[in-house]
Amino acid sequence: MAIRFARSKSITHYVNKNLGFHGSCSLDSKKCSFMSSTIPPAMKRKTSLSDPDNLVASAARRFQSVKAGGRADYQLAPDNDREIQGLDFPGGRVAFTPKLRFLPESPEERVPCYRVLDDDGEPISSHGFEEVSEEVAVKMYSKMVTLQVMDTVFYEAQRQGRISFYVTSTGEEAINIASAAALHDDDIVLPQYREPGVLLWRGFTLQEFANQNFGNKADYGKGRQMPIHYGSRNHNYFTVSSPIATQIPQAAGVAYSLKMDKNNACVVTYFGDGGTSEGDFHAGLNFAAVMEAPVVFICRNNGWAISTPIEDQFRSDGVVVKGQAYGIRSTRVDGNDVLAVYNTIRVAREMAVTEHRPILVEALAYRVGHHSTSDDSTKYRPVDEIEHWKMVRNPVTRFRKWVERNGWWSETKEFELRKNVRNQLVQAIQVAEKTEKPPITDLFTDVYESPSSNLTEQEASLRETIKRHSQDYPSDVPI
Amino acid sequence: MSGIVRNKISAFSVQSLQRVGPYALSLRGYSSGAKEMTVRDALNSALDEEMSADPKVFLMGEEVGEYQGAYKVSKGLLEKYGPDRVIDTPVTEAGFAGIGVGAAFYGLKPIVEFMTFNFSMQAIDHIINSAAKSNYMSAGQISVPIVFRGPNGAAAGVAAQHSQCYAAWYGSCPGLKVLAPYLADDARGLLKAVIRDPDPVVFLENELLYSESFPVSSEVLDSSFCLRIGKAKIEKEGTDVTITAYSKMVGHALKAAETLSKEGINAEVINLHSIRPLDRQTINASVRKTNRLVTVEEGFPQHGVGAEICASIVEQSFNYLDAPAERIAGADVPMPYAANLERMALPQVEDIVRATKRACYRSEPRAATA
Repeated sequence: MAIRFARSKSITHYVNKNLGFHGSCSLDSKKCSFMSSTIPPAMKRKTSLSDPDNLVASAARRFQSVKAGGRADYQLAPDNDREIQGLDFPGGRVAFTPKLRFLPESPEERVPCYRVLDDDGEPISSHGFEEVSEEVAVKMYSKMVTLQVMDTVFYEAQRQGRISFYVTSTGEEAINIASAAALHDDDIVLPQYREPGVLLWRGFTLQEFANQNFGNKADYGKGRQMPIHYGSRNHNYFTVSSPIATQIPQAAGVAYSLKMDKNNACVVTYFGDGGTSEGDFHAGLNFAAVMEAPVVFICRNNGWAISTPIEDQFRSDGVVVKGQAYGIRSTRVDGNDVLAVYNTIRVAREMAVTEHRPILVEALAYRVGHHSTSDDSTKYRPVDEIEHWKMVRNPVTRFRKWVERNGWWSETKEFELRKNVRNQLVQAIQVAEKTEKPPITDLFTDVYESPSSNLTEQEASLRETIKRHSQDYPSDVPI
Repeated sequence: MSGIVRNKISAFSVQSLQRVGPYALSLRGYSSGAKEMTVRDALNSALDEEMSADPKVFLMGEEVGEYQGAYKVSKGLLEKYGPDRVIDTPVTEAGFAGIGVGAAFYGLKPIVEFMTFNFSMQAIDHIINSAAKSNYMSAGQISVPIVFRGPNGAAAGVAAQHSQCYAAWYGSCPGLKVLAPYLADDARGLLKAVIRDPDPVVFLENELLYSESFPVSSEVLDSSFCLRIGKAKIEKEGTDVTITAYSKMVGHALKAAETLSKEGINAEVINLHSIRPLDRQTINASVRKTNRLVTVEEGFPQHGVGAEICASIVEQSFNYLDAPAERIAGADVPMPYAANLERMALPQVEDIVRATKRACYRSEPRAATA
């Protein structure tokens, strides 16, 4: 059918609308004297929000490049000195070359990784770095320790059979806490599932975490989700969703809506190295770039997607190089360096919000723990590799050294903190365990905004059955 | 026949609605004083009015903007509302469905158009896992006021990958609402209703119906006109047998009813409107009155909409049945391309007539005789 043929026309037009951004011209070179190809595209960029006339201009430009195909593709350089041979192609002028060239499949040098503190917590460069205050530094460190202890205690609880499932963030505490600290509270977070630290930073209590893991009636998820699928509207943290990478195009959509609202916030979404293989990653990044959406994409490249190492995941230089393919500004950072992550996210956020553009951040780290409580990673990777990252490259101990060296922390404080947090957690678990499960009404609500008639009937029928056979109904589940 | 005027009471408004029976549309020159509107224009006007009334509503999909819509349903909207509210998307159903869901999470009201619901399979994870289940799984914290719309079911000569009916697939998923209009006023009233609805909706149109014209009253043309979701409509009242149908098959069912009435069978035709929630009450009440059931659908027979209707009747009105229920559905094969084969793979009026006669214990052979 004619359906398929029509698609290409729209894409051509779509690209044509951006003709002006790249300093390329229509047939008539006089028309675009105001857009010189020497001015960097980013500075000349006009968004459709700020320029209502873009609609008319773009319509006028729509077919010009298609017509340009036949004529000789010469154009005078701005200084009229020599002719530049090039192709007036949709999207921008492309210079010709007599030399056949292939872009190499991998660069000679891998993209370098931004780092502020070395493995011993010493600043590596004489360049100053953005200082963090004692208050922020101590808060970040405490939250990292809290996250560590929380992971340990909940993991133990799962092993004891008290909760059914758990996912640790061991080795990624810096990415979690430092990125959260660099954001504003009204930035909207769409997590994958290894970022409870962001919620922790924003004030989610240990009891609230425990309630969700136990699926009791105090759980904000009303017992609908597996453990670790936290979500809190009040904290601008979207409920964790299991399918991988679905949050990526969703984030672009949320960011687009934020932009329409002229909000001074951005959207932040997290995903792992494995998530970048999903089609949703491609669609989400591509779209965010086209829609000029203020979203910071943070990839936690932790080396493993369950048992799949990154060599089997992709053959590119990690994830940072993929950004350029979509026209997205990207950077690589040492994910175990709190100050580097903090600084990177702070700057990325600023760019996203003020320039209305997506940013891609690849944070390199290592998944020290197993993928989840259903996994035993010693089966597919060497134990000494795990140990190395756990001991030598531990983000928590590294940052601790820096904080202690500044005189802001001590062994005593460490001991106290860990003891307190552990006690709080044990307490929280005990409370959560004893708290009643959600009432049966919660089986039927929220399927739709208001319950459908068949669900109302079924609830009535269920209650009747329970009444008739009350001795068969569990006593710890409220009606 | 052509002069029959029926009184219909729209679910929302109490005033009665003068309408000409839909099977009179074959007489183009018929002057009833009522205006006529194509389904395409009905949908276009609904989109236009809802976008005008609520700045949060926006449309996205392939070809919806510059091309005026792959089937011209969104004609004129880009010009009127600009590229921020009518978005031509890149070719990625998974991508734009996901982005639409994200926008809905934040609070906008996206209308996501699929060029055909066959392509929605590339986005089905976002429709089901990201949209349908989110309100429940987030315990009401994340609502998804999104509409997925587009043509569904067979067109003409577009073969298997462009002809499947998805009513049964989406209709089985809790959290979604699934609607299928037939007439122009169904199209207008239901599309307006679903755009206003806070839940995720799948709105199944039909390519062949876009150009069909139906009479519309001034009430339908009013911008506040809106139909209720979840209510089936009795297109033709009858006493002998209940025929249920949705979308294009309603037209077939009405033609079959006309043929049958000449043979003394007074069929009641129900236009389902709503696949989910299914109006079991109306269907059961009808079968309790007529005691016989024929379900008609274009989609595949196994696990189809008709199967659910039969189950509902068996569960709730078993003792009222005087004959086994008859199911008419598309043939259990991927849709062939050749016109003669395609015709045999889809329910035709004669199939419905034969099935209805069987339900009335008139002797009729089961097999189709093309």
